[in-house]
Amino acid sequence: MRFFLGVLLLTLAFSTQARIEIHKFDDPEKEALYNELIKELRCLVCQNQNLADSNAELAQDLRQQTYEMVEAGKSKQDVVDYMVDRYGDFVLYKPPFKGITVLLWVGPFVILFVGLITVIFLIRGRRQVDPGTQPSEQDLERARKLLEDDQ
Amino acid sequence: MKKKSLVFLLPVLVFIILVGFLAAGLRLDPREVPSPLIGKPTPDFSLPVLDVPASFSPAEYQGKVWLLNVWASWCSGCRSEHETLLRLSNTGQVDLIGMDYKDTDAAARQWLNRLGNPYKFVVTDANGKAGIDLGVYGVPETFIIDKKGIIRHKHIGPITDTALKDTILPLVKRLEKES
Repeated sequence: MRFFLGVLLLTLAFSTQARIEIHKFDDPEKEALYNELIKELRCLVCQNQNLADSNAELAQDLRQQTYEMVEAGKSKQDVVDYMVDRYGDFVLYKPPFKGITVLLWVGPFVILFVGLITVIFLIRGRRQVDPGTQPSEQDLERARKLLEDDQ
Repeated sequence: MKKKSLVFLLPVLVFIILVGFLAAGLRLDPREVPSPLIGKPTPDFSLPVLDVPASFSPAEYQGKVWLLNVWASWCSGCRSEHETLLRLSNTGQVDLIGMDYKDTDAAARQWLNRLGNPYKFVVTDANGKAGIDLGVYGVPETFIIDKKGIIRHKHIGPITDTALKDTILPLVKRLEKES
């Protein structure tokens, strides 16, 4: 039993080790940039993962590409442009602000604004008591009488 | 009174518009990411040709309409489009060039011997660099390239007979007429 457990643990150890990629950076700033980039770039194969999380082949290749570009001293914008030129805006987790994405960025605030206006008007409308709905003197008299009769 | 009833209808209207958007969204395939390369020149590459001591770069096909089919022997979608590619190749209507993506020459050779070779020739992109330049994210993918070397269409996923008949061949015919 202990032997099997040992074998199991060993295989586990190897399988995790096989997944680790080692990228060596000569500059901690470059390393930070690399880590930032692979978090912001989307893996196109598994679309809800970024490059950092994904183990798809393409994600590995794109990480390698990012690494090479960062090591070569390219800026963040250079790498982002490189990816967008090839894969389109979809490769970015954070879509850029431009004509086609205006609704995406501004839409929620517009909805919030409309909602706030609606709520304000509703509350105001409730506060103002319509004088037409006030009971008349006769009605009050009748009500009083009805209540007295009841007793 | 009339004004009030119209306000009452507003949420219903908003709901109907929302349903319209959602219904349209359901028909879209999220796996099909539109390529930014459409309408742009084919990225330059120079890759070895399988079993021929030569290399190929897209500039050599300037003046011709051609198809670049990115495939691999490990790709199951490529298996399902293979018959269609063979039929296309037999009609001789357009040059079909294969790009063997992240694969070994031996596996590619075996695949072509076993299933038949629809390609005029195959270039090998063993490390996938040319694939990255072409924005390939899932094989098979097929590019239609015009006489000026501009990418005019990208078909993502296996080519079906319908796609061939309704989209690819009509486009090839139209591009052939361009100067």
